[in-house]
Amino acid sequence: MSDIIVLRQGLDIPVSGTPGLLVSKSMTPQTIAVEPSVRGLLPRLLVKEGDRVLCGSPVIADKKNPDILLTAPASGTVQEIVRGEKRKLLAVLIKTDDKQEYASFDTSDVKKALLASGLWTLIVQRPYGIMADPAVTPKGIFISSFSTAPLAADSAFTLGQEIASLQKGVDALASIAPVHLSLDGSKPDSPFSRLSGCTLHRFKGKHPAGNVGVQISHISPVLKGECVWTLSLQALAAIGRLFATGRLNLRRKIAVGGPAAIEPSYIEALPGTPMKELTAFWGGGTEGVRIISGDILTGKSVGTCGYLGRDDDQVTIIREGYDKELLGWINPLRFNQFSADRSYFSWLLPGHKWDMDTNLHGGPRPFLMNENYYKKVLPMDIYPVFLAKACLAGDIEKMEKFGIYEVLPEDLALCEFVDPSKNYIQDMIARGIDLMLKEMA
Amino acid sequence: MNKIFEKGGKLYWLHSSVDAFETFLHVPGTVTKKGSHVRDAIDLKRLLILVVIAAAPAALFGMWNVGYQHGLAMGQTGVHILEYFWFGFLKVLPLYIVSYAVGLAIEFASSQIRGEEVSEGYLVSGFFIPLIVPVDIPLWMLAVAVAFAVIFGKEVFGGTGMNIWNPALLTRAFLFFSYPNYMSGSDCWIAFRKGETAVADAFTGATPLALDGPAQYGTGFWDLFIGTVPGSVGETSVVAILLGAALLLWTGIASWKIMAGSIAGALLVGWIGNVAGITDIPFYMQLLYGGFAFGTIFMATDPVTSCQTECGKWIYGILIGMLCITVRLFNPGYAEGMMLAILLMNTFAPLIDHCVTGTHISRRLKKLNAA
Repeated sequence: MSDIIVLRQGLDIPVSGTPGLLVSKSMTPQTIAVEPSVRGLLPRLLVKEGDRVLCGSPVIADKKNPDILLTAPASGTVQEIVRGEKRKLLAVLIKTDDKQEYASFDTSDVKKALLASGLWTLIVQRPYGIMADPAVTPKGIFISSFSTAPLAADSAFTLGQEIASLQKGVDALASIAPVHLSLDGSKPDSPFSRLSGCTLHRFKGKHPAGNVGVQISHISPVLKGECVWTLSLQALAAIGRLFATGRLNLRRKIAVGGPAAIEPSYIEALPGTPMKELTAFWGGGTEGVRIISGDILTGKSVGTCGYLGRDDDQVTIIREGYDKELLGWINPLRFNQFSADRSYFSWLLPGHKWDMDTNLHGGPRPFLMNENYYKKVLPMDIYPVFLAKACLAGDIEKMEKFGIYEVLPEDLALCEFVDPSKNYIQDMIARGIDLMLKEMA
Repeated sequence: MNKIFEKGGKLYWLHSSVDAFETFLHVPGTVTKKGSHVRDAIDLKRLLILVVIAAAPAALFGMWNVGYQHGLAMGQTGVHILEYFWFGFLKVLPLYIVSYAVGLAIEFASSQIRGEEVSEGYLVSGFFIPLIVPVDIPLWMLAVAVAFAVIFGKEVFGGTGMNIWNPALLTRAFLFFSYPNYMSGSDCWIAFRKGETAVADAFTGATPLALDGPAQYGTGFWDLFIGTVPGSVGETSVVAILLGAALLLWTGIASWKIMAGSIAGALLVGWIGNVAGITDIPFYMQLLYGGFAFGTIFMATDPVTSCQTECGKWIYGILIGMLCITVRLFNPGYAEGMMLAILLMNTFAPLIDHCVTGTHISRRLKKLNAA
């Protein structure tokens, strides 16, 4: 067994509303959405309103590479094509059948099966975090078996019983490139340590120790000209089910939590499930709550009318922090606010869970604190502020030097959280990556 | 915020100021728009007010000391401690009023021009400036110096966070080179009322550094450590400054590496001076003289103008300490080296960072290519 890689930098944000380990509801939603939210995909619609689709039927294709497909996660009838400004395709809504019908896939060729089933689009290619290119062979496929993100789904609970599927998935992917799987080093009896055919790595530490980007930088950093693929454990399980049964099955346990969640627990549903079906968790009001598909650091605010993201297994519900706080910044105690900084006293309450909201707690300012202030929460061998500033300046050479190939915005999410200057660091990195994509194309 | 202050409103030209007062009163109700949905409760106001609190013991002691030194010069005895403090308070208060009025006015105006929120950086600079100037400095000189430092030291670079030199030290440097008569010698460090002159016999008002070797040596260790000597308002008391250092180090706002490096560098050059027979001041006494302690704890550690990288902080700190004592030992023209040492290293901090990150990048590439 490999040694444990201990990451000392990091921060577990003590936010309240951890979902209890029980499935409170299992559902097939009445409508389900297919959103073309894949970085690098130019959508071309393959269906029209009223069409019948099976679970796994293609709905959207990529304009540049028609082999890349987004497929329906459930069978039913296309109910509506939702378009935004300039007729931009936002989502395809499918009214689901009571009894699911499945398309069947030929699984003799791994790549073809992944492309046809739409599971290909769950593979993320680094650098840049784009849709994987079927023409390239990556130097490795990296999967993190655990998430350290705030209120994340416990993978041992959601997928611990599906070792057989996961093994199938590993076997399939191993035919493309070497598979690296990271395990939670703080849990010696992780069910995923039984997986074979892949290289196992153990990581121990606070968030972001479970982020695959951080793990890659410790296992095999991405150099210029190289590429790696990553995917979530849920995606791996779905691939495994595809190769075991020949059907697309994306059903998963989804953690619904957060400080504003009523009785946080797990549900069993599908990606694309409308948030409307989860109203019980926040009581139905539309004002003053933020519904996030994903975690509080990197998730997407989808609103009460949005849908669960394509690869998410977590929904977080928090209050909007519109309240003004009189002289909050000078109040010496301020026990109701969490801060990782010692100038507040939250370090006196270890183990306390804070009821956090979306307040910015300040105004935007230029960077003032040093690298080390941010490196405390970033277990990677890079200079986060220099990288962010290089991205701001659009200096490609500097971005390369400071390690843009190794990071995605999510890896610097904690730097953004602790930043006293309230910069949008993830957005800076994302813009830097956009610039790289444009210039390198 | 009221509508007339928003873009397109009649009083838009005031929006930065209104916003500044509004956010001073309460943490605003703005929410995160993208990226991380929750944020740490820390903001710059909180960080910077802590620096002010850290410097408060030095300021309070300095006010008392202004009165005490005046008492010594006038040959007074048996004066109550609060009377000393009150005398000093009345002397220092105008300095604070001028420092904040001039500095904040420029800060507000330039934030408005840039269309940004008013940054709280000047809260700290404005608090430091009266502490590092002679107490009897004419107020108009201070006003001119503050205006110079804030405009040319800070706003032209884009405001707080963008400046190269520490604005407080730049104020002092401006005074030092423009009005040397008020900034050095033996007369300027004691506060007098109009028409007063020193009456006590054998009283010298010079800071120990301005004296010749033996006389300097005569100032006792404890006098210097506690700070009952003439000097700039806030710089004399090492013990009060150490109280502030404890707070800065506990909260991690100031880098211990810079402080340790500066002390090590000063001790090294001071020791060389002893061994080579250049000076008979024991090397450890160098840490107590003049503005060394105040500079090391509060000025060198300014996160904006110091090095960003951890390795760079060591280099930067050590060089500050070494340069400070070098100036003291080898340049009789400038009795005090701390201000010049820090400003010089402020200038070189980006270069040090450039070299440190350059080495880091090539080392990393080598490691990655080997792997």
